[in-house]
Amino acid sequence: MKGRWLLVLALVLLVGAFVLTRLVDNRYVYFAAYVVLQYVVLATAWNILGGYTGYVNFGTGAFFAMGVYTSVFLIQSVGAPLPVQIVAGGVVAGLLGLGIGYLTLRLRGTFFSIATLALAVVLQTMIINWEYVGGAKGINIIRPAQAPFFSNYVEFLFMVMSLLAIGSVAVAWLIEHSRIGRGFAAIRDNEEAAECTGVPTLRLKLLATTVSGCLMGVAGAPFPYYLSFVDPVSAFNLSYALNSLAMPVVGGTTTWLGPVIGAILLGTTQQLATVTISSELNILIVGVILVFFVVLAPEGIVGLVRRLARRADA
Amino acid sequence: MISLDLLLNAVVAGVLLGGFYAAVSLGISVTFGLLDVVNIAHPVFVILGAYTAFTLNSAYAVDPLLAGVVFAPVFFLLGVVVYRIYYTSFESKGESSQAGGLVFFFGILFIVEVALILKFGVDYRMIEASYVGESIHLGPIGIAFRLLVPCVAGLLMTLLLYVFLGKTFYGRAIRGVAQDSLALRLMGADPVKIKTLAFGISIATASVAGALLIMISPVEPSIGRAYIGRAFAITVLGGLGSIGGTLAAAMILGVAESLTSTFSGPSWALAVSFGILLLVLAVRPAGLFGRR
Repeated sequence: MKGRWLLVLALVLLVGAFVLTRLVDNRYVYFAAYVVLQYVVLATAWNILGGYTGYVNFGTGAFFAMGVYTSVFLIQSVGAPLPVQIVAGGVVAGLLGLGIGYLTLRLRGTFFSIATLALAVVLQTMIINWEYVGGAKGINIIRPAQAPFFSNYVEFLFMVMSLLAIGSVAVAWLIEHSRIGRGFAAIRDNEEAAECTGVPTLRLKLLATTVSGCLMGVAGAPFPYYLSFVDPVSAFNLSYALNSLAMPVVGGTTTWLGPVIGAILLGTTQQLATVTISSELNILIVGVILVFFVVLAPEGIVGLVRRLARRADA
Repeated sequence: MISLDLLLNAVVAGVLLGGFYAAVSLGISVTFGLLDVVNIAHPVFVILGAYTAFTLNSAYAVDPLLAGVVFAPVFFLLGVVVYRIYYTSFESKGESSQAGGLVFFFGILFIVEVALILKFGVDYRMIEASYVGESIHLGPIGIAFRLLVPCVAGLLMTLLLYVFLGKTFYGRAIRGVAQDSLALRLMGADPVKIKTLAFGISIATASVAGALLIMISPVEPSIGRAYIGRAFAITVLGGLGSIGGTLAAAMILGVAESLTSTFSGPSWALAVSFGILLLVLAVRPAGLFGRR
């Protein structure tokens, strides 16, 4: 029942986004909204692994950049259209997640986290040395002149990202409300006990890293068209890793709603704040908020609201 | 054609670099290997140490190594504070809070790094000392002092830590705390105090390691990230908790990186540590000298 209502809500939001593009003409709105929606995808993707199973990924930037550079490569080589780029970006980043997971997840979980940290540095080095996709100095990407049904390309990309955001939240919701989700929760709470009661922990963990990595790649794939310019610094930016982790933690990691709340809250504030304060100060504030929440309110906003609601009931 | 001179020089430079890598990794070897605390923010404390040395050197012309040693107690206290927060917020709440602990250190990493950027900017900083530009020549091999001094200091730190952990009561208590904290309590030692001490020592080594870092090459706030992969690769390769193993692994990585950057370009050196890390985890997770 609840699922049906959410489906209706998702459709309403999509239609609302479409109607918005007919009414509002200010391109900055879409430019900023795109970033917030992109963070909804990234935070949701991070949470599928980090929140549901409890394995912390520090390499969001690397998976995101895999999506970005898969697109760049496809544009450069065959001029593939955007949907192909998105699918390909998802596949490449998903395989990367699977590979890293396979090499590190059979051991203690912390090895996975450490590997993801190092992964970003190494992949960035490789891209810097790969001239075909722009190397260190970056590459200019020419957008298609026209977008179907839309007056300009930014509005089109905004719509695409809305679709991706709702799609990834739907994936998270479906996982949460299935056997797989219960398996994930069992891993998070006590992996040894889960293993003993017959939960196929390794397979589930690999599924989580693959889906999570795939969605991060999907989020990155439209990026070359969005900025029209890609260089390793922007694609591998560490603020992706920080934000995609801080947003679920601030919102609450155990439900699909947490990352969405966190992404909208932190994403919007940062979009507004970049106008007035430097990006460094921005990152500093996010870092402080992250530490504050993880130390004092580890259940996030969703957890706080629930606790208040329970107190009101009693 | 590979010339023998080039090869010899690369190996010697790698061994010297390895001594320095040991200095950076010792702290992680203690916290990750012995306490089971994954302090991914350790390298950023090393950078903080480098900037402390830079500030004292540029303002009062203090020798960087002296600055590192003098500030070690301050870093020790910093480590005590960080561990206290970590312990009360995560460790005391049991196994399931481990992810929270990782996130906590990740946040610390960003806060310290950005604070350094806001204070010093992103320009590369360096120190001045009379011996930094000097070098000695043994036949075809040149040994630069800016590499030799950090290597000797790193060896000395390794030796001190090795003796401390092996011969003193507190050192043995630190080695025992992760294995059996109940037994430790029965011997009359408070496990939390022991861990706090160990964590403080770990951060104190970062003060000295930072001074060595800025001696080797100019420093900029974000270069700490490159050392996360390196230091953890070394700790895992050496075998968790083995101080001698850490030194050996640091030497291996130093030589491997030096050979890579000599023969296929410096930008590939970073990939070496990551390759080693993945290889060790896939083939022999216990490391070269590991117990587990």
